[in-house]
Amino acid sequence: MLDVNGVQKIYRGKDREVEAVRDLTFRLEEGELACLVGPSGCGKTTLLKCIAGLLKPTSGSVEVAGKAVTGPPRDMSVVFQEYGRSLFSWLTVQGNVELPLKEKKLSKERRRTLVTEALEAVGLADSARSYPWQLSGGMQQRVAIARAIAYEPRVLLMDEPFAAVDAQTRADLEDLIRGLWQRFSMTVLFITHDIDEAVYLGQRVLVLSSSPTVVQDDVAVDLPAERDQLTTRSDQRFTELRARVYSEIQNAKNGQAASAPAAT
Amino acid sequence: MTLVIRTVRITRRGAVRLTQLFLLPVLLILLWWWYSSASASYYMTTPGEIAATFVEVWFSERFFVDVLPSVGLLLTGYALAAVLGTTLGVVLGLSSRMRATAEPVLEFFRAIPPPVLVPLLMLLVGVNTPMKVALIVSGCIWPILLNTIEGVRSVDPVLADTCRCYGVRGRRWLTTLVLRSASPQIMAGLRQALAIAIILMVISEMFATTSGLGFSIVQFQRSFAIPEMWSGIVLLGLIGVTLSTLFVQVERRVLRWYDGVRAAARDE
Ligand SMILES: Nc1ncnc2c1ncn2[C@@H]1O[C@H](COP(=O)(O)OP(=O)(O)OP(=O)(O)O)[C@@H](O)[C@H]1O
Ligand SMILES: [Mg+2]
Repeated sequence: MLDVNGVQKIYRGKDREVEAVRDLTFRLEEGELACLVGPSGCGKTTLLKCIAGLLKPTSGSVEVAGKAVTGPPRDMSVVFQEYGRSLFSWLTVQGNVELPLKEKKLSKERRRTLVTEALEAVGLADSARSYPWQLSGGMQQRVAIARAIAYEPRVLLMDEPFAAVDAQTRADLEDLIRGLWQRFSMTVLFITHDIDEAVYLGQRVLVLSSSPTVVQDDVAVDLPAERDQLTTRSDQRFTELRARVYSEIQNAKNGQAASAPAAT
Repeated sequence: MTLVIRTVRITRRGAVRLTQLFLLPVLLILLWWWYSSASASYYMTTPGEIAATFVEVWFSERFFVDVLPSVGLLLTGYALAAVLGTTLGVVLGLSSRMRATAEPVLEFFRAIPPPVLVPLLMLLVGVNTPMKVALIVSGCIWPILLNTIEGVRSVDPVLADTCRCYGVRGRRWLTTLVLRSASPQIMAGLRQALAIAIILMVISEMFATTSGLGFSIVQFQRSFAIPEMWSGIVLLGLIGVTLSTLFVQVERRVLRWYDGVRAAARDE
């Protein structure tokens, strides 16, 4: 579904060049939920922008559903790291969620159904007529998520969406994402720098090295599909996986290659 | 009982507001009254006299001959400047290349005080309404243009990326993203332009014309009709206040979201 082949991105400034990512290759199958972790500044957002067709990789290519990405693909939604700034302050919550649908040439009833459904899914049905600036940070984030799912994407990209919310809201939103993923069967790439979050959410965790960035490790998360904040997080296997990802990130920082796949 | 209390409270608040609004004007008028009646100067007229003259002069045929055409002229020039200024501003704001090309020229024209264009425009366009409109446009287009350029340039890149991802383009992109993002700056430009437009309307009518508000005031002055002259100035002031009150109403509605964003930012 999502193919990233040898993506390299160099930002060319006036008098300096920054190699944000060196060489990334991985593949997500249709309907997969993968988490991408990596240290701050390692190029996660850069990678996301390349996948979303907002940036052209310096070399390498991205394919979505077998088609090379040259501009933003049609059935893709993105939740940006700066979610607050990604909402239109002059549109209501409802207007924000509906805007992309207007471009999709959907009928008015269909649009209304999608908006209502999405807002109910994220628990914001009551705030449909509020403006983003009347909402808390966590609620704004949920508006961005509602907009993403109302679009009915086949691929959903999320960039550290929970970085700015408190622990409780964060836990709720994590469960929300898993619920939405199961319900709408999308392919999800979820970027985070929180190891626990990555293991809890994903079927798979991709670990990026620090700069120059490559894929350091690819960990399959063999936890049961039904996850729960209490039981899953206290699961022995969860602890093992978290330790594995943690040590890979440490290796990445120290510039070591991935250790041999740990026996499971 | 509560209803009574509330009504009383509302009336009290209304009274405070009214006092705030009118206290200073009333004081100033009284001061003027005292000064003008004490003064022996022929050119100082008491407010009472001016008010009487005002009714006499402007509540007449003059209203249709001199006032309405002037206001029409003002609004035409202003509207034209608004349309041209925002259109050009959006184009220049979106294209850095065109901006780089146009910038030196814009700076040059902006530096020319509009009244000095009058002789030139009289030669080029003639002494007629288009000349006056052109003068108003040439003066009040700059704040609109420059503010629009700034506004368009400051569109949030995250919001622009959001539009790209969700395929928002064309007209909807222009109206929902670009113009709305830039609306606080555009409104600021329009507000400055309104004041300039009023000044230029008067100036345009002071040269070689035979009607209009500006002409009337100059003519009264030349024929030593001093109370009439004062009443013309008062009328100009009233027109200015009315227009800016209307403007504030429109602005409040258009920028409701912006006030909300700012209030929310303050509370944090
Ligand atoms: N527009 C840009 N121009 C130049 N350099 C950039 C640009 N955007 C990002 N970079 C650089 O590329 C590197 C990767 O940045 P990126 O934002 O992709 O990291 P990230 O992994 O998303 O970080 P974080 O976890 O803090 O969000 C950084 O060194 C950053 O300074
Ligand atoms: Mg980032």
